[in-house]
This record gives sequence, structure tokens and C-alpha cells, in this order.
Amino acid sequence: MSVLVFADHHHGKFPKGSLEAVSYAKKVAEQLGTDVVAITYGTLSGDGGLGSAGASKVLRSALTSASDSQQMTRVIVAAASQANADVVVFAHDIAGKLIAPRVAARLDAGLVPGATSLPDASFSVKKNVFSGKAIAEITMNTAKKVITVLPNSFALENNGTTAAVEDFSADAGAAGVKVKEVKIDSKDGEIPLPEAELVVSAGRGMKGPEHWGQVEELAKILGAATACSRPVADIGWRPHHEHVGQTGITIRPNLYIAIGISGAIQHLAGVNGSKTIVVINKDPEAPFFKAADYGIVGDAFEVLPRIIEGAKQFVANK
Amino acid sequence: MKILVCISKAPDTTSKIAFTDGNSKFDENGVTYIVNPYDEWYALVRALELKETLGGNVTVVSVGGADYEPIIRKALAIGADDAVRIDAAESDSLFVAKQIAAYAKAQSFDIIFCGKETINFNGSIVPGMVAELLDMPYVALAHKIDVAGNTATIEREVTGGVEVLEVATPFVISAAKGMAEQRIPNMRGIMAARTKPLATIAAADAQPSTTLKSYSLPPAKSGCKYITPENAGDLIKMLHEEAKAL
Ligand SMILES: Cc1cc2nc3c(=O)[nH]c(=O)nc-3n(C[C@H](O)[C@H](O)[C@H](O)COP(=O)(O)OP(=O)(O)OC[C@H]3O[C@@H](n4cnc5c(N)ncnc54)[C@H](O)[C@@H]3O)c2cc1C
Ligand SMILES: Nc1ncnc2c1ncn2[C@@H]1O[C@H](COP(=O)(O)O)[C@@H](O)[C@H]1O
Repeated sequence: MSVLVFADHHHGKFPKGSLEAVSYAKKVAEQLGTDVVAITYGTLSGDGGLGSAGASKVLRSALTSASDSQQMTRVIVAAASQANADVVVFAHDIAGKLIAPRVAARLDAGLVPGATSLPDASFSVKKNVFSGKAIAEITMNTAKKVITVLPNSFALENNGTTAAVEDFSADAGAAGVKVKEVKIDSKDGEIPLPEAELVVSAGRGMKGPEHWGQVEELAKILGAATACSRPVADIGWRPHHEHVGQTGITIRPNLYIAIGISGAIQHLAGVNGSKTIVVINKDPEAPFFKAADYGIVGDAFEVLPRIIEGAKQFVANK
Repeated sequence: MKILVCISKAPDTTSKIAFTDGNSKFDENGVTYIVNPYDEWYALVRALELKETLGGNVTVVSVGGADYEPIIRKALAIGADDAVRIDAAESDSLFVAKQIAAYAKAQSFDIIFCGKETINFNGSIVPGMVAELLDMPYVALAHKIDVAGNTATIEREVTGGVEVLEVATPFVISAAKGMAEQRIPNMRGIMAARTKPLATIAAADAQPSTTLKSYSLPPAKSGCKYITPENAGDLIKMLHEEAKAL
């Protein structure tokens, strides 16, 4: 018996979310007195760090992409059978959301999506519900169990070992989707928002797209990603992929700096998992202050240059 | 084009989130329900647009009790042709998926649309389960779909960019922001919805695979520490030294 974890990668590089899922699987395996087998695909260099994150063995399928969920499901189900795994773990990311539900349906397994805790003795796991406004503890009643792990919720293991990589051949069947092209839209070195540890975000209080220079400058100095409120994306001041909140993306960075955002409940739903929240707003009654760890009541156009100055000094002294 | 849209209900986004019965049940007191925004704004509207250009029929399906009827009528008012309610409690995602799959199996839909996720459970898993149970291709979190003949061209966001995919019908798709613009039902639509067919069918035999143990509320913030605008220059240092956020 072992715990199987699917590890997605981006041109051979495993994002933090994948490695966190491996470390989570390792913790589950320790509870069950067993080991972790990772299943991945395509071209890798070495074990890609999966061993150090907790995998004892890496199975590598010849599939070159995780975009076809039917094919990847067949491979993962075959790997689960070979590894004799009753628990299959994924990251709750683009690939995990695509493939984990299929694997659960195929294995007739209960699935808890976006887990924020390890299973307890009854195999109950916590997850955020009501867009982060509450937490549910859910018990999986089935023999097989699938868990997707919420990124940025678990510590990475780094044990310095390397796992053996074995080629794994399974009948993936015919492809159902064809990838026509991938349009690269993030500029070189830009941090994808869902993975960012630091986020600088701004709202309608910035008055117009011409004032985003300072927001971008602060983000650049700190090495942060930029985000925005929904109206700002809707009027076209900022690109849609920056829209965070209930109807945009959900982020949980270590630091979220909100400038000129009122803090409507739908906005908070996407950011209230952030570890530290800083709110800059000229209205002391702005609801966002209730969710903030640090607040500055003041005009963004006056405050931002001072913060940028402080950030430059901080970086220079580091 | 025969299109199915899976519609779930969700508490209005401003609802107070509280629990009863020893934190085992969502407190519905004073809560108004809406159509889950992803299902309404994106999945349903794009399905209707496809029908308007290609011809065909849009059916909506919900798994739920009689309290689902106003939600389903809203979808009909926006423009769906007919509706089916599978009469069962929404006990768990795999259970719901099995119900939808059992119904869809006999119907030969070309496209099954779902929302990206429900805003109350935030699962993002029912559509993938439906796809596997029906052995159909699945594209998750798509923000664009066009259909020509029996081939769809679909876009979805991936790490660092946008992936363009081609899929032949039948398939399952989950809709994210950008796929369509919200439609407000007009008076004619609302009137017409009253007489559109809404069938109630019995649930297929299935067991829930998970059960809810309890709900809790996230720990409250310890309070906001204010910095004067004059001292804003110290913020970054404080974030580093006190909050360890940098
Ligand atoms: C179903 C539904 C879903 C939604 N989903 C989302 C979502 O996903 N994400 C989202 O963000 N919103 C969402 N909304 C919209 C949400 O309700 C708010 O309308 C929106 O978040 C407000 O954006 P804002 O804070 O940028 O603008 P505003 O509410 O206009 O706030 C601007 C703020 O800037 C401050 N300000 C003005 N000038 C300055 C200055 N010079 N310096 C400092 N501060 C200044 C003001 O005091 C104010 O607090 C949703 C709404 C609904 C109904
Ligand atoms: N009870 C339900 N009836 C019909 N469709 C549903 C139901 N629950 C979920 N769905 C569909 O599945 C999508 C994802 O739901 P979830 O996996 O719960 O986040 C929703 O956006 C709906 O399209």
C-alpha cells in the first residue's frame, strides 16, 4: 500500500503547489505507515525535487501534457492500482481541478477539494467554504479517497533525498482534446498571481489606469504580483486575469496590500486567506479595515510615494 | 445543438454566514438564494448565445429539493427552453454528479455546461465527475468557446498563458469569468418562464461518498494596527520586523 500523488509541472519545473501536495501526501503516508509514490509525465530533469519533498518513488508517464483529462485519468488510475494506493493526492490548482474529480469518479472515491488540514483518524479533512467565510470539516466515507491540497497552506518538506524515477507505461487511450496553441501572456519574470507570495492590489480609488505606475513600481521593488478589484478589470483599467474576489481568482499570499479598495464582501472572499493584509484608504469607515492587520487612513497619492521610498531602502539594506 | 446547463443555487453573496444544529447546518434564516453566478452569468448565457447562432435547444438541470424552483424559473426567464429538477438533497458532489450523469446518459446532449464552482461549496469538482461518469472529454475553467459543426474551440488559462483547445462534441465544460456577459431577464422572459416545461424526476440510486462533520468560522483578526500617513515610509520595515510578511 502507498499514497499516490499527482505532480504537475511546467516545462520540467514543479511549482510550489505541486511540491506542497507531495509533502502533504508524505504526512498522510506517515499516518498510514507507508510511502509516497508520485506520478508525473513528460520530460524531467532528475526527480525535479519530488524526492526531497517527500516522494519515495517517481513514476513518469510518456504523456507530454496534462491537458487531456481523460488520458491523464487513465494513467493515474493505473498508477493507483499498481502502487496499491487507496489515497490519491493532487494540488488544488489548474491540473488538479481538471483531473482529480475524474479520478474520484472512476475510483468511486469521496473527494475533498482544497484541503487545509491533514486527515484525522476518521479521515475528516477541513476545507474553506462560502468563499473563505467559513470552514467545513468533511468526512470521506469511501474505501478510496481523493484529496486536493490548497496551495500555500502546508509547509514544504525538504529532506535532501532524491527519488528514483521509473518510466510508467499505461494505456492512456485516445486523446479527447487537442492542444492547438498556448498563447504566452505573462511577461518574462512576471509572477503568476495565484502563486504569488506578495501581492499589491488596487481599486477604483486609483481614479484611472494612468495612475497604476506607482502600484506597479511598488510591486516591482518588492517582487510582488499585481491584482485589482472587479470594477477596475470591468472598466478595462487592468487585465481580467488580475481580478480577485468571489467572481475572480482566490489568492492566499503572505502579504496583500490593498490600495483604494473599499473591501466589499465579494472582494474579501477572494483575499481573506492572505496571512497579512494592509489597507490604504482615505475613508476611515471603509469596510476593508475590519479585515486588515495594518491600516493607513490617507490619500493613496500621498502615501504611496512614501511606501515606495521605504521599500527601496528596505531592499537596499537587505 | 442540444445543450445541457447544470444550475446550482447559492446564498446571495452578501448573506450572513452562520450555522445551527451544533454547527452542522447552514443557518438559512434571512438568506436569499440566487443562481450560482458562474452557472448563470457565464455557462447559461454562453449556452444561449450558441443556441441563438447554431439553433437547437437549451435545457437546464438541477439536483435539489422543491426550493430549487425559483432558481430554475430564473434560468428559464433568462432564456433556457426547458428544465429538469432531479428530486434529491444535494448531499455530496459525487452524488450530484451521478444524478446529472444518469439523466444526461439517456439524452445525447452535445455540450454539458457547468459553472467553474459553486460559491458556497467552492468545489470545482461536479463537472469533472460528470465527464468521467459519461466518458466525455472535459475542459475546466474555460473563458471562451466557439463551435463550428461538431468541433469546439475553447480557451482556458494555464500557468503563464492561455491554452487553445479543440474538442469534438459531446463534451463537458466548466465556465469561468469572461465567457459571456450577464443577461438581465426582461418582463417577457419572466412571463414566458411561468409556462415553460419544468419536469421533476426521481433520483437515481446512489450513496453520498462524503458527509459533513461540522462547520466553523475562521479565527477573527486580532485588530487593525494603524499607521499615520506621515509614517507610511515605515510600513515596509514593520511588515518585515513585526509581521514577518516580507
Ligand atoms: C455577485 C457579485 C460578485 C462580485 N464579485 C467581485 C469580485 O470578485 N471582486 C471584486 O473586487 N468585486 C466584486 N464585486 C463588486 C463588489 O461588490 C464591489 O463593488 C467592488 O469590489 C468595489 O471595487 P473597489 O473597492 O475598487 O471600488 P469602490 O467600492 O468604489 O471603492 C473605492 C475605494 O477607494 C477609496 N479611495 C478613493 N480615493 C482614494 C484615494 N485617493 N486614496 C485612497 N483611497 C481612495 C474609497 O474610499 C473607496 O473605499 C461583486 C459584486 C457582486 C454583486
Ligand atoms: N445541485 C446541483 N445541481 C446542478 N448542478 C450543480 C449542482 N451542484 C453543482 N452543480 C454544477 O457543478 C458546478 C461546480 O460545482 P462544485 O463542484 O460544487 O463547485 C456548478 O457551477 C454547477 O454548474
